[in-house]
Amino acid sequence: MDTGDTAWVLISAALVLFMTPGLALFYGGMVRAKSVLNMMMMSFGALALISVLWVLYGYSMAFGDDVGGGLLGDPFEFFGLSSLIGTAGLEGAFAPDNLVFTIPSLAFVGFQGVFAILTVALISGAIADRARFGPWMVFAGIWATLVYFPVAHWVFAFDGAESETGGWIANDLLAIDFAGGTAVHINAGAAGLALALVLGKRRGFGRDPMRPHNLPLVMIGAGILWFGWFGFNAGSALAANGQAAEVFVTTLAATGAAVLGWLVTEKFRDGHATSLGAASGVVAGLVAITPACSSVTPLGAVVIGLVAGAVCALAVGLKYRLGYDDSLDVVGVHLVGGVWGTVAVGLFASSATTAGVDGLFYGGGVDQLWRQALGALAVLVYSFVLTLVIGFVIAKVMRFRITEEDEVAGIDGVVHAETGYDLASLGGGGGSALTAAGQTRAEARGTNLPTERSRV
Amino acid sequence: MKLVTAIVKPFKLDDVKNALELIGITGLTVSEVQGFGRQRGHTEVYRGAEYQVDFVPKVRIEVVVGEIDAARVVDAVVESASTGQIGDGKVWVTTIDEIVRVRTGERGEDAI
Repeated sequence: MDTGDTAWVLISAALVLFMTPGLALFYGGMVRAKSVLNMMMMSFGALALISVLWVLYGYSMAFGDDVGGGLLGDPFEFFGLSSLIGTAGLEGAFAPDNLVFTIPSLAFVGFQGVFAILTVALISGAIADRARFGPWMVFAGIWATLVYFPVAHWVFAFDGAESETGGWIANDLLAIDFAGGTAVHINAGAAGLALALVLGKRRGFGRDPMRPHNLPLVMIGAGILWFGWFGFNAGSALAANGQAAEVFVTTLAATGAAVLGWLVTEKFRDGHATSLGAASGVVAGLVAITPACSSVTPLGAVVIGLVAGAVCALAVGLKYRLGYDDSLDVVGVHLVGGVWGTVAVGLFASSATTAGVDGLFYGGGVDQLWRQALGALAVLVYSFVLTLVIGFVIAKVMRFRITEEDEVAGIDGVVHAETGYDLASLGGGGGSALTAAGQTRAEARGTNLPTERSRV
Repeated sequence: MKLVTAIVKPFKLDDVKNALELIGITGLTVSEVQGFGRQRGHTEVYRGAEYQVDFVPKVRIEVVVGEIDAARVVDAVVESASTGQIGDGKVWVTTIDEIVRVRTGERGEDAI
């Protein structure tokens, strides 16, 4: 075991965990004020549920011994993770019995677990304002089980690392996806598209203004995502070494370039460089460099980022032309950016990097390019089709969508019995007649709010 | 007695207030309002999607004055709030039947 590597991976895992609350802010600011809480709760719901499923059987499905064809890990090999706890105890300085490379298996379990959470949470951006919370949670659990855990096995499980045999994209196809362009972003993007189709458009989509209600929240969220993403990408080196540093720099370069790409595109198209464009450019660049961060030079990363910013800025307009309500552009940013980044490995990969492969533009021919394209396509199709099926079944069984009346009133009040903001109450938000009336009612229902009446 | 109501561009509020003080006006009420006239609204663009925002923010100034002062107030507002651009606003005068100063109970012109 290497203590430096272990420390870096544990810190990276915490960084990646922080991305999901960051995503909640990023998404939450983009919806209307009446649905901000529901938007954020879909991310927090994923945090809660997927953490538990990951410990139960998720890790085992992704990283257990392959059950055949590189398609799925053995769900029972590490069920409950008890078999991975073993350390040599006090005498042996808590040296772990189980290692993945140079780190304890459980450090790897934690690091990969927060990836699963984030991927599920990403999908929620496609269905803003209109999904009931219970069916969303059911969807999240089923989707993680049938789509994410298997796909993570395909892409992240290398032969002989966590268990003897791993997944087909990592070991047979040999597509390079360093930190999850396919398993995380194409996967979530394709699922978002399918789920947006299942649920249908929001009332007034394309007609009523659906402006972001709080762009500063979006900017904070984008900042947290960027910060956490260094754990996502550089942590995926699974070691505190030169590769982690290399990946850190390509991640920085591509993201900055993507912000420029997005802003220049919208300046020419719409006349203004916007804050939402900058925040979106951050995410587009991070998505695109995620699969490529270990295989391209810093200059290659700049080109990938510039193109990602420009292409995603154009792609977010597709939903109006094609008529699907991908509310917060999971498709335009994550699917399009993920496909671009994954394919870009086949173009810009350089054998000067730790991946050691040359792409088309570096004299490597099309060999890596078709591997990348096939990997991207496989994940896209699998995720899209399965999500359609899961979504339709849930919609049949338990009514996925809120009623039209509730949608107009606002999902926060109807589904969570809360409102995000108390900005306009009479008397400055505290002692108004309306608030006092509300407290009286809460008291009558047996709660212990300190009301005026209870003190008398 | 007259109520002079003026709708002006928000950035002109200070100029209008100063102009009214210069002609001896001792009190006024302001509120932030939204609406549209010939200026219509404006467009905002989010991720390439254009939204038409119909209502433009304006400031409403209300001044209660005696018969003779109303014309001077209108002139002062028009002069101080004008930029020559579309959206400069409007001023109108209405007749008031009764005014009472709450503290003293004075009525009519004495209460202004």
